[in-house]
Amino acid sequence: MPKKSFRQAVNEALRQEMERDPTVVVMGEDVAGGMGAPGEQDAWGGPLGVTKGLMPQFGRERVLDTPISESAFIGAAVGAAATGLRPVAELMFVDFMGVCFDQIFNQAAKFRYMFGGKATTPVVIRTMYGAGFRAASQHSQCLYNIFTHIPGLKVAIPSNAYEAKGLLIQAIRDDDPVMFFEHKAMYDEEAEVPDEPYAIPFGEANLVREGEDVTIVALGRMVNVARDAADRLEGEGISCTVVDLRTTSPLDRETVLETAAETGRVVVVDEAHPRCSVATDIAALIAQEAFESLEAPVRMVTAPHAPVPFSPALEDLYIPSADRIAEAVREVHGHGRR
Amino acid sequence: MSEGIEAVVMPKWGLAMQEGMLAAWLVEEGETVARGQEIAEIETSKIANVFESPAAGVLRRRVAREGETLPVGALLAVLAPASVHEEAIDRFVAEFEARFAEALAARKAEAAPEPATLEAGGRRIRYLEVGEGEGPPVLFLHGFGGDLTSWSLNQEALAGERRTLALDLPGHGGSDKRIARGDLEELAEAVAAFLDTLGLSRVHLVGHSLGGAVALRLALDRPGRVASLTLVAPAGFGEEIADAYLEGFLRERRARKLRPVLEMLVRDPTMIGREMVEEVLRYKRLDGVPEALAKIRESCFGGGRQRILLRDRLAELPMPVQVLWGREDRILPARQAEGLPEGVAVTILEECGHLAHMEKAEACNAALRRFLAGG
Repeated sequence: MPKKSFRQAVNEALRQEMERDPTVVVMGEDVAGGMGAPGEQDAWGGPLGVTKGLMPQFGRERVLDTPISESAFIGAAVGAAATGLRPVAELMFVDFMGVCFDQIFNQAAKFRYMFGGKATTPVVIRTMYGAGFRAASQHSQCLYNIFTHIPGLKVAIPSNAYEAKGLLIQAIRDDDPVMFFEHKAMYDEEAEVPDEPYAIPFGEANLVREGEDVTIVALGRMVNVARDAADRLEGEGISCTVVDLRTTSPLDRETVLETAAETGRVVVVDEAHPRCSVATDIAALIAQEAFESLEAPVRMVTAPHAPVPFSPALEDLYIPSADRIAEAVREVHGHGRR
Repeated sequence: MSEGIEAVVMPKWGLAMQEGMLAAWLVEEGETVARGQEIAEIETSKIANVFESPAAGVLRRRVAREGETLPVGALLAVLAPASVHEEAIDRFVAEFEARFAEALAARKAEAAPEPATLEAGGRRIRYLEVGEGEGPPVLFLHGFGGDLTSWSLNQEALAGERRTLALDLPGHGGSDKRIARGDLEELAEAVAAFLDTLGLSRVHLVGHSLGGAVALRLALDRPGRVASLTLVAPAGFGEEIADAYLEGFLRERRARKLRPVLEMLVRDPTMIGREMVEEVLRYKRLDGVPEALAKIRESCFGGGRQRILLRDRLAELPMPVQVLWGREDRILPARQAEGLPEGVAVTILEECGHLAHMEKAEACNAALRRFLAGG
């Protein structure tokens, strides 16, 4: 099967859905570049080249460069979705999302509910998240937890190129607003990705590996770091289950609880800050619903409650590492044993 | 220096296998093992299976760790008499690994054969071609929900002597997912169009399960194109079929739920590896696959029974026909091979389930070779 980068996988999902469904449109800052100006068009293909080639294939009607006004174009995308299009809006960095919270929280997320089920809002908002890009504290956050908190939004966080294509196709076909999170340090990472279109259903976590001793629940880029840690621990005689949540809303509670109960020892890995996060949400779920099967306290491995540092040395320390995950696994594995 | 020291290496099980994961050791260091004794479990992208010791001796060193994925040919363990010093074994391991690193670098240059696609009868068909030789080529047809990689343990074994091809039936693998009716005629016509496009006037057909019924249909419709027919646990030989398998295969979307369904295919459930389950899930997610499979199921096996009974027409066939069947087949019962016309060679494989060509690959390959040689 052909290997493709995360970037190619996202691009292919967009292209194939645009080919399949004429109501799918792409909009955002510089998604092609050069709109309304003389000179080169589609030079960039998006800030990191993800949307390159879409404008030449589908034209300006369907690939729209927008002004640098997130509140305006996210609002436009939400409105377009309500009137029957399937817009995929790109909001470069999730860090900038604050200026369009009303459009997302109060409009997109609420239409179906407020209009008694008579309206749908099939909008996808793609955005970059995460540290490790030397982009400092205003361009490196992992704010998926904020959107997970809001009923009416779906939140997808793919962990590799295969997942990215399938989850994005599902997001575009979904009739509800979907926040789609792409880790900016993963665009060059490759995986085997089928040429044909395929959709990965939401709310179905993936068991990346299965073990007997400790369950590691992770999401997004951290799934791969957790897998590295689990590979290392295998050599020490500790076998781990690694759960990739895929979507935080809807959340696959069943898989989380089932795998937690199987080992009785759980580590939750999340690149976001530790307070009011997906990690605390998972830990609380397990504490509340699987308490009787726990053999050790649930441990969280997260970034600290501090902005992402600009110093490369500090930034590397800031991001949860395989070492830290392995250490936490050893700790819960040893808990209560002599 | 390395007197009596033997390397146990990662085996190559079939065409596509590049690496394997040592899932578990079944013997401890210091144990004496017999040739053919099961010493480890190995998982590949296709199947998991027990690995039998290629030689007898004392298992002095387990080099591979459990859970470790290693390329074919990599050192797994060292066998040596108890009298050999530990240092000599250390030296052997170091030298082996140095040599292997070089060999691996050289091997990277020669890649595994890749499937190709062509347009035939208005459809995209994916196929894999390996080997060359005199006489009509062999064409392999997989079963319901399978693809050309189902034959990875067989195609290579025959490719030394003749041209072999395996294709993905419509709705399967990398072929077009559009299906009109999903009946045998449609599938057999697609195979005939494939033969026409490649200019193959006559082939030996090898079909498994649904693919067996397709092969039979083609042989009945176009006997001149079929040099011989090998049917492995074929559909079309009786009404009975494990509908629970078809139902579960279509319904289950999660690895843990799908695994027990796939385990029905084999006698030894540990053969169903993680990767195999994952691959089936990935296949079922492709656009058009659920619809295609549902149509084929309805047309061929609707109402929980086979609607494609062809066994009564076996006697009409002018070409040699053989049937291979696993005694413990839980999808299509092996008793459907009873009472076939004289002249149809029947081999029942003991301790074997529905995937006979994978579970008992060597026995099937030997039967195929004999049959194709006209013996």
